[in-house]
Amino acid sequence: MLRVGLIFGVVAVFLSLVGLVEALHARWVVDGWLSLGQALLLILGLAAGYRAGRGATGGRAVLVGAGSGAVAGAVVAGFLLLGEAVNLRSMFVNASPTLYEILSFGRPARASVPVEVAGGAALGALGALIPALPAGVRRPLRAGVQAVLLVSVFQELIVLLLQPQALTSVREFLFVAGAGPSLPGMTAVFAVFALASVAWARSEPQVRAQVARLPRSGQIGMRLVGVGLGAVALLLLPVVGGSFVSQVLVIVGLYTLMALGLNIDVGFAGLLDLGFVAFFAISAYTVALLTSTGPLGIAHWSFWAAVPVAVVVSAIAGVILGIPVLGIRGDYLAIATLGFGEIVRLLVLSDALRPWLGGSQGILAIPKPVLFGFELREPQHLYYLTLVFAALAAFASWRLQNSKVGRAWMAIREDEDVAQALGIDLVATKLLAFGLGAALAGLGGAIFAVMLGSVFPHSFNLLISINVLALIIVGGLGSIPGVILGSVALIGLPELLREFGEFRFLVYGVALVAMMLLRPEGLWPAAAVRRELRAEEAIPERPPEPVPAAGSTAVTVQGPTGG
Amino acid sequence: MVAQASRGWTGRLTFVDAFLWAFRLVVIAVAVWGTVGTIRTGRYSLEQWLDFLAFGFAQGGIYALIALGYTMVYGILRMINFAHGEVFMSGAFTAYFVAAPLHTAGVFHRHPLAGVLLVTLVGALVSMTVAVLVERVAYRPLRQAPRLVPLITAIGASFFLQYTFRGLYGAGVRSYPDIPALRGELFLGPFAILKTQAVALVGAVLMMSILYTIVMRTKIGKAMRAVAEDKEVAALMGIDIDRVILFTFALGGFMAGVAGVLYALVVKQVHFFMGFVPGIKAFTAAVLGGIGNIPGAMLGGLFLGVIESVGPALFLDGLGIPAPYQLADAIAFTMLVMVLIFRPQGLLGERLAAKRA
Repeated sequence: MLRVGLIFGVVAVFLSLVGLVEALHARWVVDGWLSLGQALLLILGLAAGYRAGRGATGGRAVLVGAGSGAVAGAVVAGFLLLGEAVNLRSMFVNASPTLYEILSFGRPARASVPVEVAGGAALGALGALIPALPAGVRRPLRAGVQAVLLVSVFQELIVLLLQPQALTSVREFLFVAGAGPSLPGMTAVFAVFALASVAWARSEPQVRAQVARLPRSGQIGMRLVGVGLGAVALLLLPVVGGSFVSQVLVIVGLYTLMALGLNIDVGFAGLLDLGFVAFFAISAYTVALLTSTGPLGIAHWSFWAAVPVAVVVSAIAGVILGIPVLGIRGDYLAIATLGFGEIVRLLVLSDALRPWLGGSQGILAIPKPVLFGFELREPQHLYYLTLVFAALAAFASWRLQNSKVGRAWMAIREDEDVAQALGIDLVATKLLAFGLGAALAGLGGAIFAVMLGSVFPHSFNLLISINVLALIIVGGLGSIPGVILGSVALIGLPELLREFGEFRFLVYGVALVAMMLLRPEGLWPAAAVRRELRAEEAIPERPPEPVPAAGSTAVTVQGPTGG
Repeated sequence: MVAQASRGWTGRLTFVDAFLWAFRLVVIAVAVWGTVGTIRTGRYSLEQWLDFLAFGFAQGGIYALIALGYTMVYGILRMINFAHGEVFMSGAFTAYFVAAPLHTAGVFHRHPLAGVLLVTLVGALVSMTVAVLVERVAYRPLRQAPRLVPLITAIGASFFLQYTFRGLYGAGVRSYPDIPALRGELFLGPFAILKTQAVALVGAVLMMSILYTIVMRTKIGKAMRAVAEDKEVAALMGIDIDRVILFTFALGGFMAGVAGVLYALVVKQVHFFMGFVPGIKAFTAAVLGGIGNIPGAMLGGLFLGVIESVGPALFLDGLGIPAPYQLADAIAFTMLVMVLIFRPQGLLGERLAAKRA
C-alpha cells in the first residue's frame, strides 16, 4: 500500500516536473470545470487505489486503496511544500507557479496538504471500488469516460471536421465557441457512448452468433464489404479532412513506407538495422539531384522518371552497405548499421561533398510531380500518390512474406545456423532483404523530396531510424497491418497533437520499454507470432480445444443446407 | 572471423570476400594517401601535432571511463546498454545545478579542489542512481528474453532519459562555470595541455585504476568476474547474480558520472542530447579494445580519442578535403564499422564473443 502510493505520488510529481501536467492543463475536458491535466491527476489517484486494492476484497480493498491514494496525495503535498520553501525553478524549468496552482487547486501549499491527502484517499477508495462494480455498470462508465477524454484530446481536429455549415449546430452544442468542450455537449457524449456500450453488450452475442451462422460465402462477403468501406474511407479522408489532415496522412504514409521496408529487414529476416534512414536519404537526394531546377540539379528529369532510378539506387545502396555486415549478427549488426547511417549523414553534411550535395543547405527547388499536365501541388494530391505507393509496398511485402524467400528470411530470423544447414543461401537471402527493404524506404524518400520541395541532411538523422523501429515494434514485428497501425499511432497521433510534440519522444521511450515488458508481440501481432504464442498457451489445456472445433465444423456443414 | 564465417557459408564466397578486401584496401589507401599528402605539405607544426595528441588523450580518457560501463555490462549480460550515454549525460547535467550555485558563492575561488570533487561526486551519484534504476525497471525483467529485446528496451530507455532530462531541465544549453584554477595551460616540456584536459586525463586514469583494483582485488570484483565467465555456475557457487549485476551497473554508472563532469569541465557546456555522441564513441572504444575486457576499454578509449583528434588533419587534410574536422565523427564511426566487421574481438583480442555474438 505504502509502496504503490509512493510510486504513484512520484509518478505524479515526475509528470508535473516534465511539464506534461501543465501542457495538458491547456486543454479543457469540460470548459471551465475540468482540464485534461487535472483529469490526469485524478486518473493517477484512481489508478493508485485500483492497483493497491487488487487482490484484496470488499472493505479491506477500499481501505488499502484509500491508504495508497492518501500516500500519493501526501507525496504531491510534500512536493508543493518543498516548492514553496525552495525555488525549484532554477533547476526544473517546469516548476512554475501555474504548475503549483494546478497541483494545489489554487490554494497556498500549506493549506493544500489536507486537501491533497483527503482527495488522494477519496480517489484511492473509489479506484479500489472499480473492480467491485458489476460489469454492466463498469463498462458503460468506462466507455463514456473514454469517449469524453478522446473528444477532449482531439478537440481541435473535431472542431476542424465540424466546420461545414450543416454541422454548425452540432459544433456549437459540443464546444463553447473559442474554448473547450461544453458541459451539456460532454454530458451528451458520455450518455451516448455509455448507452451504446450497454446496447452493444446486450446484442453482441446475438450479432456474433448471426455472423457465425452465415454461410462461408456470406462471411467472406461481409469481410469484402468491410475492406471496401475501408478503401472508400481512405479515398475520402483528404476530401473530408482538408489540407492539414492530408499533410499528416502523407507523413504517416512516408513512415509506413519506411516501416514496411525496415519490417522486411527486422520483422521478416531479423536483421536489426539502425541506419535505415540512410536509404530514405539516398533516394530523396537522388530524386532531388535528378529533378531539381536549382543549380545543383543535374538532369531536370520528371518525377516519374526519377522515382524508379531512386528506388534502384537505394536498393543498390542497401546491398552495398549490406555486404560488409553479412557476417555480423544481432546487436553488433545494429551498431554497425547505425555507424553506416551516421557516416552517410556526416558525409552529406560535410563541406567535402558540398559542391554536389549542397552541404547543410541541401538541394532546393524540387518541382512537384506532374501527372497528365496536372501538378500534384496540394497535400491532398500527394496523399493519393503516397496511398498508391504505400498500397504497392504493402502488397509487395504481403506477397514476399509468404513466398519462398519470405520463409527463408523467417528461418534466418529464428536461427541462422539451422537455416544454413537447411540449404538456405545466407548471402543471397540477406542481401535480398537489405536491398528490398532499402527499395521500399526509397519509395518513401522520393515522396519526401517532392513533399518538402527540398532536401537537407538534417531531415535524415538517427531519430528517424529510431522512430521507424519504434513504430514497427509497437505495431508488431513482421506484421503488415501492425506496421500500418504503428505508424498511425506513433506518427499520426503526434502530428495531429502538435502542441504536445515535445513529449513525443518521451512517449516513444516509454512505449518501447513498455511494449517489450508487457506485450512484446506488438499491438497487431503477425500471424506466425500469434500462432506461436497461442500454441504455447494451448499445450497445457488441450482437452477443451476439440469442442469449439467440432462446433465450427458443424457450422460449415450446416452452411450449405441453410443457404 | 568474417573470413572464416564466410568460407563456412558455402565455400565459394569469393565475391563477398573480394568486396570486403576491396573495402579494407580502399580505407587503408585513403588513410595512407592522406597521410603522405599531409606530411608533404607540412601544414602542421610539431607543436600542433602535440596539441592534437594532448587533446586526444584527454578526450580518450573520458571515452575510456564511459567505455568501462559498456564493457562491464556486456561482459556480464552480453547486452549493449544503449542508454549508457544518457547515464553519462544525467550526471553531468544534474551536477551543473550544484556547480552553478557553488560558482556564484565563490567556492571554486577558495577551495577549487573541494568544489570540483563535490560536483564530481554529485554527478557520479546521480549517474549511478539512474543506471541502477534503468537496470531495475527496464533490463532485469527481460534477462531471459531473446537478445534483440533488451537492445530495443535500451533504445527506449535512452530516449526516455533524454527527453525526461529535457523536460526537467529544459531544452537549452547550460554553460558550466569556468573554474579559475583550471584556466590556461600546463607546460610539461614540449607538451602544452589545457589544465581542464590535464584534469580530465588524470581523473580518468585515477578512476580507472580504482575500478581495476575493485574488479581484480575485492570480493565483489571476483564475483563480477565469475558471473562474466559463467552465470549459471556462478549462481551455483552461491553468488547472488542480481546483486552482482546491480553492482556492475552502479559501478559503470559511477564511472560515467565522473566522466560526465570531467567532460563538462572540458567542453564547458551541458544539454540533454550531450550523451548520445560520446556514448556511441565510448561504445566504439569498448569494441575497439575488445568488449568485455576492462583494460581493453581503457586502451580503446585512448586510442579512439587520439585517432579522432589527429585523424582529420592526418588522413583527410592531405586529400584536399575542406574543413576535415567536420568529419572527425565520421572517422570514429568508420573505425567502429571496420572493427565490427574485421576484428570484432577488438585490439586486445583475447576473448571473442564469436560463440555468442
